[in-house]
Amino acid sequence: MKKRIARIYMFLLLIAALPTWANAVDLIGAGATFPYPLYSKMFYVYWHNTGIKINYQAIGSGGGQRQLVNRTVDFGGSDAFMNDEALAKSPAEILHIPTCLGAVVVTYNLPGAPPLKFTPDLITDIFLGEITKWNDQRIAEINPEADLPDMNIVVLYRSDGSGTTFVFTDYLSKVSDQWKRKVGRGKAVNWPVGLGSKGNPGVAGVLKYFPGAIGYLELGYALLNRMPVALLQNKAGRFIKASPVSASNSANVPLPADTRISITDTDAPEGYPISSFTWVLVFKEQAYRGRSEDKAKELSKALWWMTHEGQKFTEPLHYAPLPLEAIRKTEKAINSITYNGNPIPK
Amino acid sequence: METPYPNKMVVSPKHSSQGAESAFQKIILIAALALVVLLVAIFLSMLFHALPSLKAFGIFFPFSKIWDPVSGTFGALPFLVGTLLTSFLALLISLPFSIAIAICIGEFFREGLLSSFLKNVTDLVAGIPSIIYGFWALFVLVPIVRNFEIKLGIFPYGLGIFTASLILSVMIIPYSASIAREVIAFVPTDIKEAAYSLGATRQEVITKVILPYARSGIATGILLALGRALGETMAVTMVIGNSNRIPRSLFSPANTMASVIANEFTEATGRLYLSSLIEVGLLLFLVTLIINVIGRYMIKKMSIEV
Repeated sequence: MKKRIARIYMFLLLIAALPTWANAVDLIGAGATFPYPLYSKMFYVYWHNTGIKINYQAIGSGGGQRQLVNRTVDFGGSDAFMNDEALAKSPAEILHIPTCLGAVVVTYNLPGAPPLKFTPDLITDIFLGEITKWNDQRIAEINPEADLPDMNIVVLYRSDGSGTTFVFTDYLSKVSDQWKRKVGRGKAVNWPVGLGSKGNPGVAGVLKYFPGAIGYLELGYALLNRMPVALLQNKAGRFIKASPVSASNSANVPLPADTRISITDTDAPEGYPISSFTWVLVFKEQAYRGRSEDKAKELSKALWWMTHEGQKFTEPLHYAPLPLEAIRKTEKAINSITYNGNPIPK
Repeated sequence: METPYPNKMVVSPKHSSQGAESAFQKIILIAALALVVLLVAIFLSMLFHALPSLKAFGIFFPFSKIWDPVSGTFGALPFLVGTLLTSFLALLISLPFSIAIAICIGEFFREGLLSSFLKNVTDLVAGIPSIIYGFWALFVLVPIVRNFEIKLGIFPYGLGIFTASLILSVMIIPYSASIAREVIAFVPTDIKEAAYSLGATRQEVITKVILPYARSGIATGILLALGRALGETMAVTMVIGNSNRIPRSLFSPANTMASVIANEFTEATGRLYLSSLIEVGLLLFLVTLIINVIGRYMIKKMSIEV
């Protein structure tokens, strides 16, 4: 009996010690959680069509950047583009390939869920804690038809570091100097007022039981859960409803060649003002750490598929598809990938 | 005998020579020491990774109250206060219940259905994953606390130190209760009978004989429960409100050391930010250690008096 237990024990140890056998050309990615539902769908279909497995771990944008730079993954995913300082520290040139766009919406819990409109000033002052009541004169002026209650405003924010917070605070920093000075932009910031909750589900969960609360969520999450979503005034002065289309429209601005651009507070007249690209990050030179040319080829093919055929999966999952100009930029970037200095044949 | 394989020894007794015996002892010793080595290694690696933050903020880190990842200013005071407040408040709330359970099982109903039922339930409470407590607290406890706060006339956040302490107190009851019930059950019968023979009532026996006799054991259980409360992450994170300001009252939202790490670690970019989070972890490590050392000292004093 004891012998048998010992044998089983040894056997289990052996199994645990076995390396997980991977197909030579399977790809590994890690990074942002925001595009994870889209990527899972894309990679599942891609595996069905081509037999190539792509394993993506949603560990967060920061982790995605770190793992790519440490060369433990084939590609990283990030909601924020790498800044010049981070790129300078990287061991080799990194390419940014946008895969889709997302938007951040402002949502609230008020009796009767009246549709509301907000100007940039209003949003900033609410999140700075300067407007504290829902029936404040300034909210009423812009929303004359809404029945605003005499209720305290409770600000909700994401307590975990997140790309959603980055995009939202990036927007606030662009529209308000006061916000930029006092709080600034980041994945986690020092919020002047309010309550934090973990993840989109956390914020949405608290919001639902909390009359008078206001918070921000990813567009897809808010739509799936049928939360009331505020119209926001963009730079052109129009009040825009958040949707995959209006988020896509916000990228209709001149894009730099490396697509590293923040499109919050966009100039595009039809664009929703709190939108952002999400990127896949890869090394331009693919011959590193003994990677095979096949792997480089498969990676380049997969990226091409994601930014072309794969785009049809964006809207059903409430992500915004890449506009045409962005696709042209990604084509250039994908074509610039090399293996030992040579372009990768299609 | 070359192979240090303990099972061989059991199967064939003729091999149980002096050599096998000492090899067996060595294996046991190595396995036991591995934990100590691991603990030291964890401490050292945390210290190493916290160096940038230690250099930048020095001794002021645990006492400065601004945590601003954007400007790169980090101070852990709000989290230190949050951790200590929630843990000790939870302990205070849980204490009457855990001692009541211990007396119930250890003295009143030593055997029988009710006793084994109570025992199993307390053990079960310890086994429930903390995320389940978190969800339950968020959906059931928070609205109750909110109503309570409305009645008190304070701002009804629902989330905050008080809610976190409530859920923590439920989670730590089994830790203090199970040890307390063991020591209460071990109080010698002759002492109790002596008290009865002097005309003591059952209540007097419990408060004047059993509890004083068992107090050092009860204190050990409390210490264990406190350790659990200090480090609890998931459930607390979900209901504490995650505000990085110093709490003004027991009902304000706050943050604990464990929950700030859980919240911000995955997306922490930048060396100083990451190392500050690790230093928060180090601080939690030290706080737990200090509380344990003080606790052990107090328990020792108690048991000498008995």
